[in-house]
Amino acid sequence: MHEMSLALSIVELVVTEAKAAGARQVDRIELEVGTLSGVLVDSLRFCFEAAARETMAAGAELAVQEIAASGRCPACGEESPMAGLITDCPGCGQYLLLEKGRELRVVSITVDE
Amino acid sequence: MCDSCGCGHDHHGVIIAVPGRSSVASGAHDHHHGPGRTLRVEQDVLAKNNHLAAHNREWLTARKILALNLVSSPGSGKTTLLEQTIRRLSGTLPVAVIEGDQQTLLDAERIDATGAPVVQVNTGAGCHLDADMVHRALHTLAPPDHSLLFIENVGNLVCPAMFDLGEAAKVVIISVTEGEDKPLKYPAMFAAATLCLINKTDLLPHLDFSVARCMEYARRANPDLTFFTLSARTGDGMDEWLTWLNDALRAA
Repeated sequence: MHEMSLALSIVELVVTEAKAAGARQVDRIELEVGTLSGVLVDSLRFCFEAAARETMAAGAELAVQEIAASGRCPACGEESPMAGLITDCPGCGQYLLLEKGRELRVVSITVDE
Repeated sequence: MCDSCGCGHDHHGVIIAVPGRSSVASGAHDHHHGPGRTLRVEQDVLAKNNHLAAHNREWLTARKILALNLVSSPGSGKTTLLEQTIRRLSGTLPVAVIEGDQQTLLDAERIDATGAPVVQVNTGAGCHLDADMVHRALHTLAPPDHSLLFIENVGNLVCPAMFDLGEAAKVVIISVTEGEDKPLKYPAMFAAATLCLINKTDLLPHLDFSVARCMEYARRANPDLTFFTLSARTGDGMDEWLTWLNDALRAA
């Protein structure tokens, strides 16, 4: 949801970091996107291309690392993958509490020397 | 309207499903680049909104203002609930309101008629309030210390879940005409809320809505939800909600 706003935020964030480091060009951006973050990665890529135009991030490669969502069962303590926010424990059927999978962060950027 | 676009591209993560048959998901691909200087950033993409929300929260907490972010689909009865809440509180607790809608001052005018101070945020095409809008609204509204601040978000059960405003808690409101399975279809909002109000209970005799089932579904997304069932129109159940407000403000 809001992939264009998110793309614009990413561009703003990376350009600020790159400028602070005295770089002139951002070549690569490493993102972490949780599978339950609500972000559509391909929409984000498309929007990023548009958002980065004529900025230091133009043409940068967007490397997205997907974080698979997983949660813990409040009853039996088992950790299991979650396909959606409401996922039941394969062991005992209780609903899992999400622990990983809603991330949306810029991990690192690679800039010109 | 919401600004995301992916026309003509595969949507990785979007599932097309036919009832009774297994779903079809489409995939994505990646490409590689050359060397360069890598800088650790480790920042949330929504950091800017979160930072401003934290600033709002700090400001509100310091003044012992209890801010509640009211979220729901359009038409659940948020504004009527607020009107009735304000009238029933009738000056026992100071109340201020930030209204959020795409267009018009209609909701702010209704709140204004109750005598409570109110500011209307019009988002234009925007689908949710964000921390910056609330920050600016607070400057205009200037709520007093030790008061209740209701933020009536744009009617939308999807997007407001993602945008922290600096509130103490989200209150999700669902009316009995919306279907008991709503929490299963919009789990993120129910997961983000602290309190769930089930409104328009006066209409139950006309519907096949099970309050118990709706609560059970909502607890799947958030086992810690507190529920109140009420009718803003008839007043049924409003006392329990008002008691909660009083207690919450005292604890602020």
